[in-house]
Amino acid sequence: MHELVITRNNPLIDPAIHIWGWEIAVYLFLGGFVAGMMMISGYFILTGRTKNTKCSCFLVPIVAIFLLSIGMLALFLDLSYKEHFWRMYVTFQWWSPMSWGAWILFLVYPILIANALIRIPDEIKGKLKLLTNFSEKLNKRPFLIKIIGSASMIVGGLLGTYTGILLSSFVARPAWNNSMLWILFLVSGLSTAAAFVHLVGRDAEERRMLAKADNGFLVAELIIICLILIGFLTSSKVHIQAVNLILGGEYTATFWIFVVFIGIVIPLFIQLLAVNLKIRHTPVAPILVITGGLILRFIIVSMGQNSQWNTAIYDIIK
Amino acid sequence: MARFAMVIDTKKCVGCMDCVVACKTENDVPEGFNRDWLAYETIGKFPNLHQENRSERCNHCDNPPCVYCCPCGASYISSLGGIVLVDQNKCSGCKACIAACPYNARFIHPVGYASKCTFCEHRVKHGGKPACVEVCPTHCMYFGDLDDPMSDVAQLLKARKYHTLIPEAGTEPNVYYLI
Repeated sequence: MHELVITRNNPLIDPAIHIWGWEIAVYLFLGGFVAGMMMISGYFILTGRTKNTKCSCFLVPIVAIFLLSIGMLALFLDLSYKEHFWRMYVTFQWWSPMSWGAWILFLVYPILIANALIRIPDEIKGKLKLLTNFSEKLNKRPFLIKIIGSASMIVGGLLGTYTGILLSSFVARPAWNNSMLWILFLVSGLSTAAAFVHLVGRDAEERRMLAKADNGFLVAELIIICLILIGFLTSSKVHIQAVNLILGGEYTATFWIFVVFIGIVIPLFIQLLAVNLKIRHTPVAPILVITGGLILRFIIVSMGQNSQWNTAIYDIIK
Repeated sequence: MARFAMVIDTKKCVGCMDCVVACKTENDVPEGFNRDWLAYETIGKFPNLHQENRSERCNHCDNPPCVYCCPCGASYISSLGGIVLVDQNKCSGCKACIAACPYNARFIHPVGYASKCTFCEHRVKHGGKPACVEVCPTHCMYFGDLDDPMSDVAQLLKARKYHTLIPEAGTEPNVYYLI
């Protein structure tokens, strides 16, 4: 026999930590989503698509500001000492991915606002003269617009990367401790953002292009998931135990059905048909991609907290 | 600078939990929470069983992941012998330190900040010992400076076999268990 009994029973800690709930999953999803939107919008700006008045790059930053604010609210709700939330913004901790993230989020807002100001929606153009004047001045300086596009891509990339690095830096949680998690989160963020623009885009050519791009992102996601699984299965015992949570363990059905099959494989199949066989573009595929991306964050956040090192030292005492 | 460590003789520990009671009393630990606890590990086949009793707590690691991940600078390594502490006035309750600790030694105090064992820093800075060490009825717990070759802890680690918890996590813990 081998038995380990501990007398500790701290709330949120035992029997397995459950410190982060829906708030962090939603925040990580929306962070990745917004990151993808910024990269797509930045790409559109840099490739001169701002001349097309139907370009999604005008709508995307406004939606992104709204979504990011919801994400920040979720993050705030998660803090157990809410009165001290501002403490993150009076210091910068080089070694803390969360500190990097807090400051990246600080940079994201002005870039999104600048991005939104490139073209003021016609409905409010006459009503907000200050913003309209600012927008007109901005449009007379193509160099500034290129800077906004570049900043949007770079900071968007950093935001998407950080959401994965935040979790993978926790050595104590083997299911998160994988150096490829950030790539998965970044590509998933790009994929969900492409799906969103595909869903709401007004320009048929743009929708077609994003459906093609999303197919690429979905294939990349499948490859990255395979590589992550290989990485885990060829690693230490605790990492193998951690990945077994989705290979026969309690998250297996949810992960393979909702994330891989419904969130990646089915929409990929639908979009391949739409792109190659010219069937009508359907909102079903992008909705599935976005749902899959959200469920992925929920599973990863929960799975990491259910994986831990074992303090048993039976190899020494036996 | 001193390097404080705790050495626990598992051959002497009877698992009475006096250390747990002393800690809760000394540090006013809220009901339902523990800064230290007992682990009873049994291995073997009856009647050849081996049991180890361990009084566990924050390991005050030399390479503390809880300190490195803190976005507010609330978790820090004290200049008092490398003790890992939390400044509750800086803590935002983000819980990153809890996720980072492989020993699950931290918890969220009902007020909202992260809390854990402090090696009774308020006693140590006046030359005292942690409350758990002071009250142990079997004298199985030792506390001192590892950099002082004449200290109890340095002498014991020189003379006896010992292990730490999860050394493979790379945290370089400073709580040692004599076997």
